[in-house]
Amino acid sequence: MLVARIAALTAAMLSLVSAVEAKTLRWASQGDALTLDPHAQNEGPTTAMNQHVYDPLIQRDPSLKKVPNLALSWKPLAPDTWEFKLRPDVKFSDGTPFTADDVVFSYNRALAPTSDFRAYISSVKEVKAIDPLTVHIITNGPNPILPDYTTSILIMSKAWSEKHNVTKPQSFKDKEETYAVRNAMGTGPYAVKQRDPDVRTVMTKNPIYWGAKEFPDYPDELVYTPIKEPATRVAALISGQVDFVLDAPLQDIARIKQTQGLKTEETAQVRSIFLGLDMGSAELKYSDVKGKNPFADKRVRQAMYQAIDINAIKAKVMRNFSSPAGLITSPGVHGHTAALDQRPKFDVASAKKLMADAGYPNGFSVTLDCPNDRYNNDEQICQAVTGMLAQIGIKVDLQARSKTLHFPKLQKKDSSFFLLGWGVPTLDSHYVFTFLYQTNDAAKKVGGWNYTGYSNDKLDALSDAMLKEVDQAKRDKMIADAWALAVADMPYLPLHHQLIVWAMSDKVTMPIFANDSPNFKYSKMK
Amino acid sequence: MLAFIVSRLLQSLAVMLAVSFLCFVLFNYVGDPVNNMVGQEAGPAERAEMRHELGLEDSIGVQFLRFLGNAVTGNFGKSYRLARPVSDLIVERMPATLELVFVAALLALAMGIPLGVLTALRRNTIDSGAVMTFSLAGVAMPTFVIGILLIYVFSVECISWAPAIGLPADWCFPSFGRGETVKVGAWSTGLLTSSGLKAIVLPAFTLSLFQMTLVLRLVRSQMLEVLRTDYIKFARARGLTDRAVHFRHALKNTLLPVITVIGIQVGGLIAFSIITETVFQWPGMGQLFIQSVQFADIPVMAAYLVMVSFIFVAINFFVDLLYAAIDPRLRIDRARVGTAGG
Repeated sequence: MLVARIAALTAAMLSLVSAVEAKTLRWASQGDALTLDPHAQNEGPTTAMNQHVYDPLIQRDPSLKKVPNLALSWKPLAPDTWEFKLRPDVKFSDGTPFTADDVVFSYNRALAPTSDFRAYISSVKEVKAIDPLTVHIITNGPNPILPDYTTSILIMSKAWSEKHNVTKPQSFKDKEETYAVRNAMGTGPYAVKQRDPDVRTVMTKNPIYWGAKEFPDYPDELVYTPIKEPATRVAALISGQVDFVLDAPLQDIARIKQTQGLKTEETAQVRSIFLGLDMGSAELKYSDVKGKNPFADKRVRQAMYQAIDINAIKAKVMRNFSSPAGLITSPGVHGHTAALDQRPKFDVASAKKLMADAGYPNGFSVTLDCPNDRYNNDEQICQAVTGMLAQIGIKVDLQARSKTLHFPKLQKKDSSFFLLGWGVPTLDSHYVFTFLYQTNDAAKKVGGWNYTGYSNDKLDALSDAMLKEVDQAKRDKMIADAWALAVADMPYLPLHHQLIVWAMSDKVTMPIFANDSPNFKYSKMK
Repeated sequence: MLAFIVSRLLQSLAVMLAVSFLCFVLFNYVGDPVNNMVGQEAGPAERAEMRHELGLEDSIGVQFLRFLGNAVTGNFGKSYRLARPVSDLIVERMPATLELVFVAALLALAMGIPLGVLTALRRNTIDSGAVMTFSLAGVAMPTFVIGILLIYVFSVECISWAPAIGLPADWCFPSFGRGETVKVGAWSTGLLTSSGLKAIVLPAFTLSLFQMTLVLRLVRSQMLEVLRTDYIKFARARGLTDRAVHFRHALKNTLLPVITVIGIQVGGLIAFSIITETVFQWPGMGQLFIQSVQFADIPVMAAYLVMVSFIFVAINFFVDLLYAAIDPRLRIDRARVGTAGG
């Protein structure tokens, strides 16, 4: 009797203690994840959400270094074969063990036609389970940066996927919703407790997480609410209804910093903003210059570059949340150097001279296409540029549109002059060359975002070669040479690298990730 | 009467067809959903494949007919954004919007009518002058500004002023969301929990402000009119109390047009709750619609617009029927026109 009482009392006290200790972190951002299916949508907020439930083989730590996750180590066995040694004794949150079969299954799933991650691992020929803790990934030819790509591929349970009939990523052909859209089960630090898309998502600590020793104090519960309206999001933070806001509007940062009990974390984001010029067409589609293309003349591009007062844009438009760029890729990307990332001096007089030398002393007119809901203050940047280019006689007709109209217009190659931003998920320069600088060639699947018409055989060759070069020193030389060509040829006019600011209660300790993807297993709550 | 109903039904159907066709023409200008549905690495071939799969290459006419064919069988397709059937999404979001509209309409009546009576009875006093000025603000200020203002005062700044005037610290209102909800059958309601009730106050007030001032001004002018009529003078001559004159005789006669207006306005409340829902992150249909527009999520936009036009058409249809029932002249004239036309 007494024993039973003591036991009951202890149990009650224990539950009281755990009730006190249970820490909930409430966070908000503009837009919710589109789906919990880890291979269906290659989109920032979706990945940010799903990485709490699913683990990749290799993960990025807060400094974006590759660190072991489900793979303990990895090495190339042959030029076209990578070996991954898996972490032993890992269990999925439903208690089933994690093995090499799950890796093979997940990679095949990510290669399925309905997957949105195919492009990341398109070089993969075969994934083989050698033993329960060893996986070989065989590529079509050498791929030195395959480990970088594996950070984006999340691992699902084969048994769970088969049980719920989700062995392929969701498609728009099937009429019904698939099970994986609102349900998730992985090896990650959290398990999904409630998923109400666009309304509320609750995740609780995975009690059998393999990393419990390495990450002992991350919050017990995450409550996510999308808050679309920026003012409401900031109000929710200031009034203490949320603890963490991923995307506070730049104009409110000063107010947040002044508020007691709140703080911000800032870092340079891996995303650069730049202008693209159609230098390849014989005649510009949207200009009053007929019969020739002024952008084909490097002096014109140089003049425009020098006429942009980037420090004014930084101070007035970006409220100092940008860092001026001379390169269209950011610090943190392999191949970026401070020496390359230098702009020519802002100099209207020499810009005017260059324009006169090129035969346009009175300038010309051109249309600038700009998104208005994609990058930080994108439309205002374009407005500032419009004013600055007017000083050297270039009359810019600014057309700002929603991203749903801007990007399709670019894809139809229906723009003479445009604003674009570029992030680099692989953190390697090759990603920039292959999409933005290589000659646009649909058959070779390169230059997919090169809407400038820029084409340089030497750069094309370097880009193709660096994809397969396994010797790191040789490869670094190729990257440096390619950047030198890109900077000299100037098909793009770099503007700045975006800074990101995360705003949070000072009860929260959270390292900022330059890829703007918060991973709350690194966070702590007081 | 039957001929009249049939002719009105046919007209309603024609209106709905026209509205949904116009929507489809407009969808051409919202942009390309495919760009939002694939990652930036997807090549032109993959994009074209997706476009083909969604049937976006077909002409507007073909897309429209396909939509109609599916809609007749109750299939509105799957959301491009959330990969879930559109009908599920709308059914899930509908309770939030309807509750918000219901509470807002209630507030508009509960505050608009007494204030209208007050300002009619106490003309040229300071208090009714204040009410009239306030009502002008209610009509003139955009919903967006009112919402943000209320959030600023009652949830952000509130933390400092509420304790200062002796209110508990948790008195302040939430700035977003619906609070806790409970399920009653398939209906998720926030009206049965304390946090849910608290959460609805600010958005419902924001949404009701315009209707409230409308009711206020309507009641006031009707009341002033009625107070001048002969039967009120006779009632006074009979020696009835002010109270009986004002509330039993005058107010009763002012309410008929008010009820009519509110009835018609409910459709408007549903359609225009979009802004309030966005400001307060209220998870209703308006919020769903705005997000769909930004994503160019055509199936959701189409279903939502068709539904809203259905609500408007249905309300107008019933109002017409009621009027016809009340006014025989209308019935005969319209029926004649209707049969002649048909």
